Amino acid sequence: MHGPKGDDACPRTPRRSRSAHPRRSRRTAAALAGTAALALFSAACTGTPQGGGDDGSAQGKAVTITFWHGWSQDNETKAINDNIAAFEKSHPNIHVKVVGNIADDKSEQALRAGGADAPDVVSSFTTDNVGKFCSAKVWSDLTPFLKKDGIDPAKTFPSAMLTYSAYQGNQCSLPLLGDAYGLYYNKTAFAAAGITAPPKTFGEFEADAVKLTVPQGDGFKQLGFMPNYHGYESTPSHFLGQYGTDYFGKDGKSDIATDPKVAAMYTWQKALVGKLGGFDKLEKFRTGFGDEFSAKNPFTTGQVAMAIDGEWRTASLADDKPAFEWATAPFPVPDDQAATYGRGYQTGTIIGIANSSRKQTAAWELVKYLTTDTDAVVTFANAIHNVPSTLAALDSPKLDADPNFKTFLDIAKNPNSSTTPASVNGGAYQVSMQNLGYEFESGKQADLQAGLQATAKEIDAAIDQAK
Amino acid sequence: MALLGTPRPAALRRKRRREAGRTLAFLSPWLIGFAVFFAYPLISTVYFSFMKYDGFTAPTFTGLKNWNYLFHHYPFFWQGLRNTLWLVVVMVTLRTVFGLGVGMLITKVKSGAGFFRTAFYLPYLAPPVAATMAFAFLLNPGTGPVDHLLGELGLPQPGWFTDPSWSKPALTLLGMWGVGDLMVIFMAALLDVPKEQYEAAELDGAGPWQRFRFVTLPNISPIVLFAVVTGVIQTMQYYTQAIVAGKVASGVIGGSGQQFEPGYPHGSTWTLPQMVYNLGFQRFDTGTACAAALILFAISMAFTTLLLRRRSGLLGED
Repeated sequence: MHGPKGDDACPRTPRRSRSAHPRRSRRTAAALAGTAALALFSAACTGTPQGGGDDGSAQGKAVTITFWHGWSQDNETKAINDNIAAFEKSHPNIHVKVVGNIADDKSEQALRAGGADAPDVVSSFTTDNVGKFCSAKVWSDLTPFLKKDGIDPAKTFPSAMLTYSAYQGNQCSLPLLGDAYGLYYNKTAFAAAGITAPPKTFGEFEADAVKLTVPQGDGFKQLGFMPNYHGYESTPSHFLGQYGTDYFGKDGKSDIATDPKVAAMYTWQKALVGKLGGFDKLEKFRTGFGDEFSAKNPFTTGQVAMAIDGEWRTASLADDKPAFEWATAPFPVPDDQAATYGRGYQTGTIIGIANSSRKQTAAWELVKYLTTDTDAVVTFANAIHNVPSTLAALDSPKLDADPNFKTFLDIAKNPNSSTTPASVNGGAYQVSMQNLGYEFESGKQADLQAGLQATAKEIDAAIDQAK
Repeated sequence: MALLGTPRPAALRRKRRREAGRTLAFLSPWLIGFAVFFAYPLISTVYFSFMKYDGFTAPTFTGLKNWNYLFHHYPFFWQGLRNTLWLVVVMVTLRTVFGLGVGMLITKVKSGAGFFRTAFYLPYLAPPVAATMAFAFLLNPGTGPVDHLLGELGLPQPGWFTDPSWSKPALTLLGMWGVGDLMVIFMAALLDVPKEQYEAAELDGAGPWQRFRFVTLPNISPIVLFAVVTGVIQTMQYYTQAIVAGKVASGVIGGSGQQFEPGYPHGSTWTLPQMVYNLGFQRFDTGTACAAALILFAISMAFTTLLLRRRSGLLGED
């Protein structure tokens, strides 16, 4: 903790009258609280002006629009800038001012504040925010634009991607490249353990995970799989992608306590934790892992022989060159859903138009180009090793043909692949489910059904509060 | 003879108005600051605590709904309150005692006092984020040097920031490491204690503890009170270290389908200021965030008032 600095923090003469001291301290407390409260509200009390209207770009008028995105790596910014250059070439009267490395928090604040410097087009890596943006009408509904240009979303985008880019029929964003989750496995370790093919069902997966686990002292020389929910991408949402859970009923209420798939997932995960050494032993091993997005990732270092991860890891592994052979496959599915093998959890980047933008015609041209132009989508996907976000681009022969990457293209095309649906309060329901997971895997919550019911109630109350 | 010194009523009123104007002019910097930085935000906070307001659309009146949600349905409220109060009681006490102890030791050091002052003050200058990340690295179970050292010595190796039983003690340790600010304040106060009072106490046969109890403590009691009151206010606003420690130790970067757990591990580092941020800037439930901010304010005021009213009883001052 760090204390106050400056003269008032170091009084040289401590003898003050009894009556004066309390008043001064009260004023100090009041001033601190007041400053904190002002800071909280100074940014919050502004409205969002309605934009829209014809900006004249369709008639050839020169228009400059601002595009904010979150990419920051050199290859990523080069890829997006190349795409923008191609767009400007095909739309000579529309100029795009690109601002990169913008986190969601910053763009949200800018959209609240509005003004001349606010962006016209915004992209976000966090699909969980779609519900907030759509319900508050911060991003424009793109349905009229799609209709005007004769674009049928259902025939253009994979269904899971459409699910996470809309909220209750309001298509306020479109997918701009996607992420798919699958299995990464250590082929060298597989061979050493006598395993000849990647597992397809949870039953096979558990058996392989146990075979691949090599104890050492109180820990592991090699762990087959890290099932604990803090094991990086081993989250309830990612596991539930293998079950095809809906999360909400038709009435909009959480159905996690009544959907047997949810209870099955929590039960399966906990059983796997037990088979691989127990929560405490696994947790101690997990805390020794290096940074997820570095060469110290536990799969890259060989600490775990299998991992659930996104397609971007193929590029990282190609760069990091681990000391073993590796490959990818769809993550296994529950034994009673073996026919759905090939599915996976999907998410991605979304892009939309600020409702406050007064240049929405030009902004839509950019959004349309980035999200529906097959060449633009394929070039961008190849450049940053993400999954293309249109059905046409997914079938393009120009796509990266690496077999490990192709695994994820197939997952994205699989009609059984699923996602976490948009919610009015963002990903709060996933936090609630995650917290239940921590309680259940560690043994603090022994009664799963009671936990699921309490969590469903918690999710409904939070959504009711946000409406 | 007419009373020459008696002003007429109109002239008196003008004079009083001029004086009032001058007074207000002199007071205006404070009055403007009070209105802008305290009165308006406080009134706004109370107003919005009864409204549904997401920052995007116009506020609408919802009565006590925000308060009801906070107390009965928001899953992290009571845990955040318990953690914050734990930190207020334990961290403020230990930091004050440790700061005073270090200050006393350094004032008594005959040689190398400058070195020790620098050594104890330097950590205070470290940015909170960097200091917390360094602590998370040092204490990390499995890979941290402290963990290795404890293992080599055959001592228990706690999970620190990854164990709910140890996460708040780990934060307290971090707070004590950065105790340089209090040390400097206490040193200044200790050097101000009149030497003759110690000499008189020694002549009366007082030992070290009695000299501390009956000479040092009464003399520095206003500074102890200052340290405690400011410590309580700061700890009620405790945010950065708790959230950084939780994020670093959890290893979760965040993203779709991968949500950062508030107060990792198991909500043990979740504090009231994090709750205000979560409600206001992550859930965009500004109304409930206002209710939470008011609770934070009320508790801070209650602690401060209690301490100031009880200071003679707490510190043994007359």
